[in-house]
Amino acid sequence: MAGKRSVDESFLALPLSALADAALTRAVDLGCEHADLRVERIRTQTVRLRDARLEALADGEDLGLAVRVVHEGTWGFAAGVVLTAAEAVRLAEEAIAVAQVSAAMNTDRVELAPEPVHADGEWVSAYEVDPFAVPDAEKTALLTELSEQLLAADGVEHVSTSVMQVKEQKFYADTAGTRTRQQRVRVHPEFTASTVDRATGTFESMRTLAPPVGRGWEFLTGEGWDWRGELAQLPELLREKVKAPSVEAGRYDVVVDPSNLWLTIHESIGHATELDRALGYEAAYAGTSFATVDKLGSLQYGSPLMNVTGDRTAEHGLSTVGWDDEGVAGQQWDLISDGVLVGYQVDRNMARLRGMDRSNGCSFADSAAHVPVQRMANVSLQPAPDGPSTEELIGGVERGIYVVGDNSWSIDMQRYNFQFTAQRFYKIEGGQLAGQLRDVAYQATTTDFWGSMTAVGGPQTYVLGGAFNCGKAQPGQVAPVSHGCPSALFENTTILNTKQEGGR
Amino acid sequence: MSAMSPQEIVEQALAASTADGQVVYVTDSSEANLRWASNSLTTNGAMRSRQVVVVSFVDGGSGTAVGTVARTGTPDVAELVRASEQAARDAGPAEDAMPLLTEAPPGAGDWDAPAATTSIDVFRDFAPALGEAFGEARSRDQLLFGFAEHQMATTWLGTSTGLRLRHDQPTGRVELNGKSTDFGRSVWAGVGTRDFTDVSVADLAADVAQKMAWSARRVELPAGRYETLLPPSTVSDLMIVAYWAMEARDADEGRSVYARAGGGNRIGERLATLPLTLRSDPHAPGLETSPFQVVGGSSGSASVFDNGMATPAVDWISDGVLTNLVRPRAWAQQQGAPATAALDNLVLEDPTATASTAEMVARTERGLLLTTLWYIREVDPQTLLVTGLTRDGVFLVENGEVTGAVNNFRFNESPVDLLGRATEASRSERTLPREWNDWFTRAAMPMLRVPDFNMSSVSPAS
Repeated sequence: MAGKRSVDESFLALPLSALADAALTRAVDLGCEHADLRVERIRTQTVRLRDARLEALADGEDLGLAVRVVHEGTWGFAAGVVLTAAEAVRLAEEAIAVAQVSAAMNTDRVELAPEPVHADGEWVSAYEVDPFAVPDAEKTALLTELSEQLLAADGVEHVSTSVMQVKEQKFYADTAGTRTRQQRVRVHPEFTASTVDRATGTFESMRTLAPPVGRGWEFLTGEGWDWRGELAQLPELLREKVKAPSVEAGRYDVVVDPSNLWLTIHESIGHATELDRALGYEAAYAGTSFATVDKLGSLQYGSPLMNVTGDRTAEHGLSTVGWDDEGVAGQQWDLISDGVLVGYQVDRNMARLRGMDRSNGCSFADSAAHVPVQRMANVSLQPAPDGPSTEELIGGVERGIYVVGDNSWSIDMQRYNFQFTAQRFYKIEGGQLAGQLRDVAYQATTTDFWGSMTAVGGPQTYVLGGAFNCGKAQPGQVAPVSHGCPSALFENTTILNTKQEGGR
Repeated sequence: MSAMSPQEIVEQALAASTADGQVVYVTDSSEANLRWASNSLTTNGAMRSRQVVVVSFVDGGSGTAVGTVARTGTPDVAELVRASEQAARDAGPAEDAMPLLTEAPPGAGDWDAPAATTSIDVFRDFAPALGEAFGEARSRDQLLFGFAEHQMATTWLGTSTGLRLRHDQPTGRVELNGKSTDFGRSVWAGVGTRDFTDVSVADLAADVAQKMAWSARRVELPAGRYETLLPPSTVSDLMIVAYWAMEARDADEGRSVYARAGGGNRIGERLATLPLTLRSDPHAPGLETSPFQVVGGSSGSASVFDNGMATPAVDWISDGVLTNLVRPRAWAQQQGAPATAALDNLVLEDPTATASTAEMVARTERGLLLTTLWYIREVDPQTLLVTGLTRDGVFLVENGEVTGAVNNFRFNESPVDLLGRATEASRSERTLPREWNDWFTRAAMPMLRVPDFNMSSVSPAS
């Protein structure tokens, strides 16, 4: 069972300690205030089927090491792929050379907030079946069977299937004495059914709602999701979508299902409460944040029903770790309490800049080849302890729309104006679902939207959603992250008709 | 890097093969980068890597199966070959099976030469120049943000059918973002480069300074349809969206903006009113890219069986008419149409255009001049409707001159529709896509004039 697992022997057999000793000793000898070494091995496998036939099975492994230093107050970073002590020493020297070239453009002296030393840490994520221990033929056979059933259904013309699997192993050591070993597993399965009407040249699709999760292959065989149940419903949902009327643009009360709301949380809260964005580190790329530090403790982010936490501890969470990439232990903390901004996600240099006692552990690099930056914790909206069910939320709406499953997403560089679509939108009339609608998008400004949240569902509606591919930093890095949330009601939300938006 | 050369790894993998066919490629890459914010360094790095990819092909009673295994670092080549052959034996017959290619395409590099590399030294002059620009910005009470990156990647591709192909790919980019100290005004300049010898920090800083000056007067405008001048960077981001959707199979199956009502695809149909040509060319000056295909995993737009296929210049749109879609050999054979590969550059050109971008601004009575687009995402694949934001400079043009900076907007538009509505194009110039430059840096585009661009709502962001 989870927790009793240990990091794979084949990773621990790498010369981890020797690399750390070589790199860190060299860095100290050359006068660095701080140095750390990471060794990472990331196994990936993507299985893709098109119309129930295997299109690609791509198996990858990325193994490398990196040295990061603080030298005379300036960062330096160097990465390579040869796991020898000589290369570790060369990387320490190169990282210092990078710091020296960069010093000409540095005016902020880097210092790290303190963290207790974790001298011998080991942590493994909660999963049961290592996907890389399951034979490829067995995986492909299961996906083929499920895809064939879906493809055989009335009204389904095409089926796209994919499963991404990742096993991430990480060794971290720094000059303060922390040494940690970790192993995380995650999977992301998706099935999409499509239909085409050749006469009119139109087509439509419907994708499964199952989230990516920090679990193993057991997620495909019944643990944590009912695949056969969801796939059995997909054809009828698609047929209904094809026949659905186009939405009338205007303002509606909107009940948002967790399968859609997680992404709105990710974009409008998760990124907006990253301190590096608020400080401008991402200003030229991912963007800044309207939630600036002068507003901490006073910004009314949303209605008083809104309570949002950050954590790196949730079981099966994609951002969950034992320690972050600066050796800081995983924690949970408040970002928004009773609708007011009360916290940020930080790393050690930013924690020191803000005068915090300690980092809350949000440093992450997506591979040995990339420098750690502040990345997102699991950012989750808390359910109301005795809150209503989704049906009860819908029951309270006279004229509205129920939003299910994520689809397209876009938000501006300060995290104000966003627009989302979904897998399906239902009309609500007199507290009842009254069939699907087509061509729908919802558009809002972050604080208006969260301010209009007048009911929050109970724990029985709570689902942990998420993504593998959150993008940030230059060079670009991807990070996996989860977002838990209940269903919730948002009053008087702007609904667009996307056909009209396209001028048709 | 390691004791074994990339060429030796390729030969060793091919020699170890017990399958019916093999493609192996090794990519040695090096990179250096600098990132800055608020007139100071934030992150930096110097990285080297090696990736080895083995694709094995196993013939069975009902067809050929494929297995791909990729490893970075210094993998055990024999183990890698075994793993890819096992993966192939575990897979069913591939739908895109074709005989592996035997004919070498023109234009491949010197097989035996060592890898091309870069290092942090590429910034020896750039970093101090940037430091000076920080000082000048500080003296104007302005802040500079941005990123500079240089990469070199050398790929050696070998096949069991005798191909030995090598390509060196340099990639470089610089983005410079200027802001007022309250972040209320924000502008951008960016360039793509092969080697940084053609990058002038002073020119980029002057571009930023001019746009900051244009931003001194602020004009609030509501959502609506505006005559809009789309500069080359914005056109590149939109055309890349149109390009990435150009899979022939999706269109032939009826599920793409390039599908024709009644069946089949829209090749032969006029998309643009202007005589625009959209093309890719491995030898486009300054935008040079691989003259042959390297594919690790099959999809609707590429096939592992096509590794080593020549990627000659191709017109996607010619004189305003859709001319080609991306078509792997197997799908081409099934459809009786030519095989066409996607390339890593894109050029849009109106051969009749004579105006510069500045001349197009000068002949505008009233309109919006954009700088870049951001967060572009597909809303409706049927029409290729995308949404996104204007970013870092929406300028009001009145009587041929910039008279102020306007708030940002969220737009909803289809790049294919825009081709049909554009009424004027400038001469094309090399440009850096803002949205997609993590994946796509090699583009040359004109400015386009669109009489009725759909600004769907106001964004308060700056």
